Amino acid sequence: MSAGPSHLKSLDYSIVQQCMHCGLCLPTCPTYDATKLERHSPRGRIALMRAIADDKLDVTKAFGDEMYFCLGCLACMTACPAGVNYAELFEHARAEVEEQRVLAAPKRDLIRWFAVRWLFMDLARLQLVGQAMRLYQQMGLQSLLRRSGILSLLPQRLRELEAITPDIQPQFSAEIISPITPAVSRRRYRVAMLTGCAQDLIYSDINRDTVEVLAQNGCEVVTPPEQSCCGSLHAHNGEWTLAQQLARRNLDQFPPEQFDAIITNAGGCGSHLKHYAKLLVDDARYFERAKLWDAKVKDIHEWLVQIGIRVPANARSNRREAAPSEIQDRPSRLPSAAAQQELVVTYHESCHLSHGQKIVSQPRELLRAIPGVKLVELPEANWCCGSAGIYNLTQPDMAGQLLARKLGHIASTGARTVATANPGCLLQLVNGAKERGMKLRIVHPITLLAEAYRAEPEANPFGR
Amino acid sequence: MPYGTDTLTQLQEILGAQNVLTTREDLIAYSFDGTAAMQQLPGCVAFAQTTEQVVQVLRLANATKTPVVTRGSGTGLSGGSLPCPDCIVLCLVKMNRILEVDRANLTLLVEPGVTTLAIADAAAGEGLFYPPDPGSMKISTIGGNVAENSGGLRGLKYGITRNYVMGLEVVLPDGEVCWTGNKCVKDVAGYSLRDLFIGSEGTLGVITRVLLRLIPKPAAKKTLVATYADMGQAAQTVSDIIAAQIIPCTLEFLDRTTIHCVEDFAKVGLPLDCEALLLMETDGHPAAVAEEAAKMEELARKNGAREVRVARDDTEATKLATARRSAFSALARLAPTTILEDATVPRSELATMIRFVDTVAKKYQLRVGTFGHMGDGNLHPTFLTDERNKDEMHRVEEAFKEIFAEAIRLGGTITGEHGIGLAKKSFLPKFAGDAQMRVMRALRRALDPNGILNPGKMFD
Repeated sequence: MSAGPSHLKSLDYSIVQQCMHCGLCLPTCPTYDATKLERHSPRGRIALMRAIADDKLDVTKAFGDEMYFCLGCLACMTACPAGVNYAELFEHARAEVEEQRVLAAPKRDLIRWFAVRWLFMDLARLQLVGQAMRLYQQMGLQSLLRRSGILSLLPQRLRELEAITPDIQPQFSAEIISPITPAVSRRRYRVAMLTGCAQDLIYSDINRDTVEVLAQNGCEVVTPPEQSCCGSLHAHNGEWTLAQQLARRNLDQFPPEQFDAIITNAGGCGSHLKHYAKLLVDDARYFERAKLWDAKVKDIHEWLVQIGIRVPANARSNRREAAPSEIQDRPSRLPSAAAQQELVVTYHESCHLSHGQKIVSQPRELLRAIPGVKLVELPEANWCCGSAGIYNLTQPDMAGQLLARKLGHIASTGARTVATANPGCLLQLVNGAKERGMKLRIVHPITLLAEAYRAEPEANPFGR
Repeated sequence: MPYGTDTLTQLQEILGAQNVLTTREDLIAYSFDGTAAMQQLPGCVAFAQTTEQVVQVLRLANATKTPVVTRGSGTGLSGGSLPCPDCIVLCLVKMNRILEVDRANLTLLVEPGVTTLAIADAAAGEGLFYPPDPGSMKISTIGGNVAENSGGLRGLKYGITRNYVMGLEVVLPDGEVCWTGNKCVKDVAGYSLRDLFIGSEGTLGVITRVLLRLIPKPAAKKTLVATYADMGQAAQTVSDIIAAQIIPCTLEFLDRTTIHCVEDFAKVGLPLDCEALLLMETDGHPAAVAEEAAKMEELARKNGAREVRVARDDTEATKLATARRSAFSALARLAPTTILEDATVPRSELATMIRFVDTVAKKYQLRVGTFGHMGDGNLHPTFLTDERNKDEMHRVEEAFKEIFAEAIRLGGTITGEHGIGLAKKSFLPKFAGDAQMRVMRALRRALDPNGILNPGKMFD
């Protein structure tokens, strides 16, 4: 952003000043809870940002480290009675850190260039890399290498990373979703479907499930094959200009006036997608359209509850607990012969769905609507699982602590099925469960809903 | 670092290097508490984890005459835990163990860094009750609650922190450890030093253990919300309830401005078209609760309440109380700086005081949101301002001078529950009078001859 507010000093001072340091955010901040240090709390971080705005502190490396130690989970925004816009402060602070290059180091620069500036700027590149990884996994190279022990020659960090590489889907969204999916019965709405980037690569089946569920509820779904990243990765990592570029691309591809809603099914993306107007506030050509876009972007759960869903018929139920062989990171087709049985499900809230978008009740409402599902509350359901975008890669210690805490709570519920609506959380929980040998099925709520529609007695266009 | 690197090195030896913070980033994060428009960088921040470490830190500070400001979660509202220049901030949040639950004597022994909520939860886990519930209870620490003698929403019936402290372990400024109080309900051996340390605002010693009194959990409770077109009607309802010899556990009020801010944040369905709202709660034996709730509802209606709503269940009651606790912070939605006071008057003078606050706000052209504990006369007039607006800040000061003078005139006090700290230091001598000031100074000098503990706070 050229003349834009990417510096803390040029931010409207009322935003910096809004925090009245009452401390009510402290108990909800995972990094404060773990360390009991004020600088690792929202209140402390805002004090540092304000000190920079007031010329009482330089943008130091320690400040930069602090901004990247923050998960950006936004739990503080839910806790804050004063309504401090921490999300905005945080993104500007990271932008400031990047512009001042206080964290610059050859390795970091290279990784950032590769991921943020190259890979996620063009999804064709991402898919290419995805295809290469898929090949690596499908040819059995991965398991061969893993068995051979040759990976032990890699540095520890790389070995850890290799172990958590997600399984790439055999097909990406464009291969399994047609550009236009008609509504199953009468068309009530016309919506656009954003397939996401990570989501598309490793959870394209969730995208397909989403489209099916929309179609089942009277939506004609437009899903163009070539899509762009939403830019949240860029905005959260201090790359304002790139984030703006991606926002414009999306506005061009999905003119908001042509749709009743623009649907996203990933909590992290949705939280960013709803704020394009703020990102493009200085862009006369795009600003008005961005405002309309913001109003049209809907999280899938939000949209379904808003339009009211058709409750799936209580069919030849195929509900059953996951078998040990299904310790898996993606939903599989469940056999339909099993006797009717209650499926105990617990729900983990994606931070940016609950704190970022304040969508709390809708996913639970949808889960409860599924015949045979018994929803049990997860303690600390809205506490971060440690995934936090790429936080589990950049801050593995803190991420690991949070993951252990989350899995402990999951175990305490007795549920074998965990529903969550963000690819980062899905992946984090899958890896955590796998590592600990926990027999869990981690699944998007919409997948459970799609399965319920498929299992209905009457055949339908998507029934299997 | 103004004090010798020797002092710092010794501090690191006592606590471990990782428990002594000196970088500018860390000092900035500890340069304030919950009080508006006050900031001061400390010399360093030190975390003690045992009484023995506190002893050694105080010995070192006393020998080198280094000021020490004790701190918990930094939620105080009178600047009591604001650092003084070059001080050691002694932060006790890592001393957060619950040491003993004694069901036979109904007591709880805790370290000072345990949060108020954790104490309430620990008591509830045993089927018992710890009533004091300051607005910041989710994060405020018991050490801070005792040092400030915090109140809360239940003061009217259950009293304040002082009424639940049975014993204290205190490290004196010279490093000597002193236990005062015990598990006996009756104990008249000597002066009650325990009571001297309660509310001493970190000026007489460092509290390292707290023995708390718990009470049986009331079997039932009922929560009501009444709304009025006029604040006078709400005040009259409260007077009538007390006159009917009902002592509810909570009688809280919010004015129009505060209602809007709280609803904007908490979304609990508060009505937005009224001038005053009363949050009332009665607890105890189910039969008594039912009778009292019915009577309170009747009195509210008699005084012209537009609507009286009864909370459906515990969850809704808790939501309403939590919403009320957010009032102060929620007012910050309207202005960058919110300056909150807690002038307190005898209950009978409450309506007069509320009217006076309004008059003063108009006279000085200030925006004010008022809420507080109507049942115990503890008001929280909160001026909505901007600390960068020097002229308006000056008018706020002038307004408070008048409010305090009026509170004193009505037989009230300049602070009901937040403490003197720095915010009300200049008002204390006039309020307390010469004799009290002389005794307080003598006491402080006797315990802390070198003046190392929280210097500059409360009085000089």
